[in-house]
Amino acid sequence: MNRTIERQRYLIDFTIASLARRRGRNLGLFAVYTLLVFVLASASLLGYGLRKEARTVLAASPEILVQHLLAGRHDLIPESHLAALRDIRGIAAAEGRLWGYYYDAGMRANYTLMVPSDRTIEPGTAIIGSAIARLRNLGEGDAVHFLSPKAKMFRFGIAGTLPSESELVAADVVLVSEADFRAFFGFPAGMVTDIAVSVRNPKEVATVSAKISRLIVDARVVTRDDILRSYESLFDWRQGMITVLLAGAVLAFVILAWDKAAGLSAEERREIGILKAIGWETSDVIAVKFWEGGLVSLGAFLVAYTLAYLHVFHFGGALFAPALKGWATLYPDFRMVPEISGQQIATIFFLTVVPYTLATIVPVWRAAIIDPDTVMR
Amino acid sequence: MGGSSGAGEMLFHPTVMALLLWSFAAVGATAAAAAFAWTIIREWNPASGSARQLELERRTYLIATLMVAVLVGEAVSLLLFVFNADSMAVMFVGAMCAVGTLNASPYGFPALVAKIVVFFLAVVWLAFNRADNHGWDYPLIRPKYRLLLAIFPVVAGSAALQLAYFADLRADVLVSCCSKLFVPEQKGVAAHASGLPAMPSLAAFYVATAACVAMGWGMRRRPGLAVAYSPLAAAAFVVAMAAVVSVLSTYVYEQPHHHCPFCILKPEYGYVGYALYVPLFLGTGLGLAVWPINRYRAIPSLAEAVPPMVARMAAVSAGSFLVLIAVGTAIVAVSNLRYL
Repeated sequence: MNRTIERQRYLIDFTIASLARRRGRNLGLFAVYTLLVFVLASASLLGYGLRKEARTVLAASPEILVQHLLAGRHDLIPESHLAALRDIRGIAAAEGRLWGYYYDAGMRANYTLMVPSDRTIEPGTAIIGSAIARLRNLGEGDAVHFLSPKAKMFRFGIAGTLPSESELVAADVVLVSEADFRAFFGFPAGMVTDIAVSVRNPKEVATVSAKISRLIVDARVVTRDDILRSYESLFDWRQGMITVLLAGAVLAFVILAWDKAAGLSAEERREIGILKAIGWETSDVIAVKFWEGGLVSLGAFLVAYTLAYLHVFHFGGALFAPALKGWATLYPDFRMVPEISGQQIATIFFLTVVPYTLATIVPVWRAAIIDPDTVMR
Repeated sequence: MGGSSGAGEMLFHPTVMALLLWSFAAVGATAAAAAFAWTIIREWNPASGSARQLELERRTYLIATLMVAVLVGEAVSLLLFVFNADSMAVMFVGAMCAVGTLNASPYGFPALVAKIVVFFLAVVWLAFNRADNHGWDYPLIRPKYRLLLAIFPVVAGSAALQLAYFADLRADVLVSCCSKLFVPEQKGVAAHASGLPAMPSLAAFYVATAACVAMGWGMRRRPGLAVAYSPLAAAAFVVAMAAVVSVLSTYVYEQPHHHCPFCILKPEYGYVGYALYVPLFLGTGLGLAVWPINRYRAIPSLAEAVPPMVARMAAVSAGSFLVLIAVGTAIVAVSNLRYL
């Protein structure tokens, strides 16, 4: 066992020395390699971070949402359903939610107007999300005027802003009182936007949602798991598309790797010839060449992954964010929780290191079978 | 929700793409190697000094290198496949772990089993290759390439099953979770294993693995035991898997009715599954290779290299089973579940 390790150690020593001798050529390959892994790893870390963020956000949302459908479109739902829902066994609470969208033509931004269920807001005042506060340069004590869809001007005193930790969900939120909300939109009395249902036992969500569908036949029942699944496949799909787009780059890289490995200089051929003449075997030369590839791969992979990590978690993934996050005037400004998963690393490994290794096998073998006498003559 | 739901929608998942790309590359490389294997078996003649023979000798280095890369990659891809199945569970209604994902298509479990078979064949082939490299006259060249011819259909079949599986996956399929599959009341192998009585199954686990350790130790003095060691390792694999399903998993979950062999891979349980499966697969793979390699110890050019190599493989295999015993015992000791 020790002899094997010793042997590999000498081979690595030799390899590092030979890499250093052809610094320029190897640095080129290293740079391209790093760039490719960096791009793939950034997309992957970003997608993963966003998914995690979505999961965290959804963890606080109600298990079941009940919406009313009219002609296949989302419609207001009567509050009278609430009593019937609360009678279903397994439902811990059911409450009507009031929310809607408001387009601020002056700022060209969409706001979400909401009536909070866990706090009371004085009529005539509003609490705004931090992105709106930034956009309109508002603070506590200021006032803001909104032109309602019915073309009436409403004045809201700013009673506060939402904490920036909740930015991902609350960036564009305006919290108002129920009376203001109904007056602003001309919202009919006795109706709510949708109904949020919380379930005592998470294992009963499927049963409870089936019961709700039977009870309110024209309702659409959306569970939290449904939403989670949609997010999951949406992010997977977007990330997959980026990977497909990068397939061309991977292919170009493979061709470059092949070319670099195949294009041996006369000096290198001589070197291999001499090594074989002094007793190296074909398998030794192959081992050295693989150590070469392995060291370049490992180095490039580590450097690129570190760079991608910094890019995504410290600089907000500036390069890919538009493709993965979507965009809006009031885009939440948030920092993702860093997380690395073995699966992501393995996936990138299979998309870069493995094609590189396979592409270099044939050129490496060609180099290793060189006859000493043909090159030294 | 979740985009249009149709077959093939999962093919754009990044890990799925990586696994598929890899399997295509592996099939291509193995096909080339198998074609060469055919030539070797027919034309190999070390006594000849012809240009053709020289060419073949040179080419064996290419093929051997290629196959080492492919077979090592296949082992890693088995790990990634299971890991991915577990993390994709969130996309299927009713799935809680890899069982649900694998059950979402009839090709799921066959694909997994095929990958496991490829893994064991790969270990045996790599052992052949290593032994062959020790002899100066390519002593194992024919058996090695005959084995390669046998491996090719398995690698291709495994890739086809995997492709069929991923293409068949649909997010809107209702699947059953492990609490439906691994229950004694159901039919099938999984249910049968779950229904095994706990204590006898745990006892069988200790007997089988301890027998491997003892025999691996005994091979230091009596290498002839190799004949028995490989079948014993295979049997220990089956017994250990049955023990994981019927009793060890219940200790991990501290619930006598949860029998899933995949949930133990989850972070909630400290990835303890990997601590069980890595030594189990390593010990079994090397154990399976012990006997076929030992058969060639009489070949003159291998007389020096094969005995120590077989001894090392047996030692590592027995050591792995020892680690397995330690991990199993630790699981039982730490758990709050008590059967007795």
